Amino acid sequence: METANFVLQMKGIGKEYYGTRVLENININLAPGEIHAVLGENGAGKSTLMNILFGMSVIHSTGGFEGEVLINGESANIKSPVEAMEAGIGMVHQEFMLIPEYTITENIKLNREITKPNIFSRLISNKLETLDRIEMNKDAKKALKTLDLNIEEWIKIAGLPVGYMQFVEIAREIDKSNLKVLVFDEPTAVLTESEASNLLDAMRTISSKGIAILFITHRLDEVMEVADNMTVLRDGKLVGVRKKEETSIDELAEMMVGRKINKVEKGTNTIDESVYKLELKNFSVDMPGEKIKGMDLKVRKGEIIGIGGLAGQGKIGVANGVAGLYPSKGEVLIDGTPLPLNNPKESINRRIAFVSEDRRAVGLLLDIGIDMNIAVTAMQNKGGFLKHYGIFSQQDTKAIKEHAEKMRKELDIRCTGVDQPTRRLSGGNQQKVCIARALTLEPEILFVSEPTRGIDVGAKKLVLDTLVKLNQEKGMTIVMTSSELGELRSVCDRIAIINEGKLEGILSPDDSDKDYGLMMAGNYSKKANSGGEVE
Amino acid sequence: MTEKAMSFSTAWKSFYAKAGLPRIVIGVFFIFLNIVSIVIGISFGSLMTDVIIRALMNMILVLAMVPGIRSGIGLNFGLPLGILCGLLGGVISIELDFTGAMGFLMAILIAIPFAIIVGIAYGWLLNRVKGSEMMVATYVGFSAVSLMSIGWMLLPLNAPEMAWPMGMGVRTTISLEGRFNHILNDFWRFPTGDMDLSFGGFEIPTGLILFVSFMLFVMWVINRSKMGIAMKTVGANPKFATASGLNVNFYRMFGTVLSTVFGAIGILVYAQSFGFLQLYLAPMFMGFAAVAGVLIGGANVRDANISHVIIGTFLFQGLLVIALPVANNIMTLGSLAEITRLVVSNGIILYALTQVTGGD
Ligand SMILES: Nc1ncnc2c1ncn2[C@@H]1O[C@H](COP(=O)(O)OP(=O)(O)OP(=O)(O)O)[C@@H](O)[C@H]1O
Ligand SMILES: [Mg+2]
Repeated sequence: METANFVLQMKGIGKEYYGTRVLENININLAPGEIHAVLGENGAGKSTLMNILFGMSVIHSTGGFEGEVLINGESANIKSPVEAMEAGIGMVHQEFMLIPEYTITENIKLNREITKPNIFSRLISNKLETLDRIEMNKDAKKALKTLDLNIEEWIKIAGLPVGYMQFVEIAREIDKSNLKVLVFDEPTAVLTESEASNLLDAMRTISSKGIAILFITHRLDEVMEVADNMTVLRDGKLVGVRKKEETSIDELAEMMVGRKINKVEKGTNTIDESVYKLELKNFSVDMPGEKIKGMDLKVRKGEIIGIGGLAGQGKIGVANGVAGLYPSKGEVLIDGTPLPLNNPKESINRRIAFVSEDRRAVGLLLDIGIDMNIAVTAMQNKGGFLKHYGIFSQQDTKAIKEHAEKMRKELDIRCTGVDQPTRRLSGGNQQKVCIARALTLEPEILFVSEPTRGIDVGAKKLVLDTLVKLNQEKGMTIVMTSSELGELRSVCDRIAIINEGKLEGILSPDDSDKDYGLMMAGNYSKKANSGGEVE
Repeated sequence: MTEKAMSFSTAWKSFYAKAGLPRIVIGVFFIFLNIVSIVIGISFGSLMTDVIIRALMNMILVLAMVPGIRSGIGLNFGLPLGILCGLLGGVISIELDFTGAMGFLMAILIAIPFAIIVGIAYGWLLNRVKGSEMMVATYVGFSAVSLMSIGWMLLPLNAPEMAWPMGMGVRTTISLEGRFNHILNDFWRFPTGDMDLSFGGFEIPTGLILFVSFMLFVMWVINRSKMGIAMKTVGANPKFATASGLNVNFYRMFGTVLSTVFGAIGILVYAQSFGFLQLYLAPMFMGFAAVAGVLIGGANVRDANISHVIIGTFLFQGLLVIALPVANNIMTLGSLAEITRLVVSNGIILYALTQVTGGD
């Protein structure tokens, strides 16, 4: 093979973290304009491989890596993200790297500001040049337009829905003029389907300009849609490379996990039709970017209800409001008695548990071990995991460890030990820790937001199976918010669609795609009012 | 490389990763000074005794940093608040004419309520300035010391060793002779009197060791209690803590109160060993030494534990103790040695402060 044909080659890449091998002899070749998918289970080493390419400091502060990276056939010694940028590599990270207090333009142009000279800069140094905001805004607008994103460039990042943040990250990368290779680490995990398909279109546009794309995702249908080639990793080793024409979703899934993946079995659950476990009446939540403006919803005891809708319409706000995390108004009834609002402790006491969609900011103590992460909420609210000595209480270290080990087994949390800080877990395994913490509260109502965001096919099945099992065996009522309609339709009994902060309607999982489409777009009630009927 | 060299290099690497460069450098310097001191003929035994006493008498002040850091208010530069409460307790105990162990105990018991009240007010303030706690704390510490300087002048005291011969107010330094001077240092001191020489002047201040160990133990118990864990959770991630039903402001205040109370007790332990209560401007910069101690021990703005306190205090104070006689010996000019001591001490503090960013 001729080297010069490749814009990027990674040769014999290996990496150890604190004595644990996470990558071994990985080879990847990338031609200009190629879209290349990197697949693998949670913790397979995908993000680590990309961090190596991008010169992230986690890599170099933990002893560097083995192997060689070639750009246009020449050995590139990339030691920092700045050097990576200079070499023409851009990256859209799995976890956002945006500054909340800056505007979209400022984030897009961070460190690459367009400046014009002024009197001070002429006299002293060009570091003092004035920002050319007009030019910067123009560029930002252009980048946003490529992505089909309808949003003003002067808005601050703080308060934007996550879906938009992702696009801002991408806009920042495609605004770079010398870009040769663009890395996407799970770009669509936080996007709804329509946003995701926008993104896939944008990826095609980008690659048609000769920019090569490395693409990490857990959504195999997307891979089949856009990728030319795919590389599959398992436990840090290269399992195989495939061309799109030569493979299928099933084969890829099997290569990733090493065994066949079955569909999630819904099974039958017992729903108590006579009582409502949870009722929302004229419920409003003031969550920036995901506002709920007076909605009503009744949830039966023992059902799995899904909450869907487009990003920014408010579906995320429902669970956050009931959990007491954002200012809410209206009425929430649990078993017919009102729940005091804006009081997280009260929500927990009424046996509500919440798995947040924002796991790093809300769901985890990043520098503390898995075991304490799982136990702490139950300890503080239910007095579990404590030993009592008269008026003193001390943590019951043994019980905390044992419980964490149990959860590790049940949810297949991949870690070096239960005392590992959660910062060092891969994204999907962090998600499992969040779920384990919620389950430890033994809730009667479980709110899960984006439970499978960023987790692989095997783990996804495991998480969804776990939810179904809890629902069937313990009669747990589950409210699942998700951007993935397919996922909602595979496990939910009913699916509530939120539009413009209100309940647009409730569909059954077998309703047609057309109904779902209409409802998400907010045209369902209009259609209904002019003839048809809702419920 | 041979097997042996290999295993040595991995052992060194893991030690290096655990201890970190600053502690290794300071540790090596510490050992180097020790060797120099032996070479130039300073009595090693009594030098070691000094190191132990100096470290232990400062340790509770450094320990006071731990609850502040864990609860998320960061480095408590407002430590002088706690110190002032402790001094007030000491002054009142003397005014009420308590002596000996009773005097020390009463000083602590009187100081604690003051420290709790001040800590609550201070915690309330810090909850209002989230994000810039450390800057505010520094100013609060300075202002409190200055304000209290006026307070000391106005205190209507009668005890002869404290009052100025005429007029109102308290003296700048109050001798603890006949009160609770060395009450801990001399308790079960071993060996005593004639036996001194047999150990080359080495003595064990049993009482001080016991008391400081007890305070370390108390902090350890607090950290492992339900409230201590809640406090740590609040400090580690306030959003997580809120979602877990914890009252973030309450636990930050709890940490602030604990820090202030430990500061109050810490200064009394310091004073009984030093032999004097130092009032007026003396507490101004004591917060910095405590901050430096805990940072050198390996703590950062977000995480501190008891081992950081022990290691840091021994390294920081040990270095100062040994540097002085060594400098004295090498440079006979009196003031030069004092200058060296100041350079070393402030140098370490400065170095530690550059480490403030901490974390990732
Ligand atoms: N900073 C770190 N320190 C130590 N180990 C780490 C660190 N980051 C990742 N790891 C470990 O390296 C392995 C690979 O992690 P990586 O994040 O690359 O997985 P991934 O393939 O991106 O998974 P996911 O799909 O869940 O994002 C995991 O076992 C993880 O625990
Ligand atoms: Mg990853």
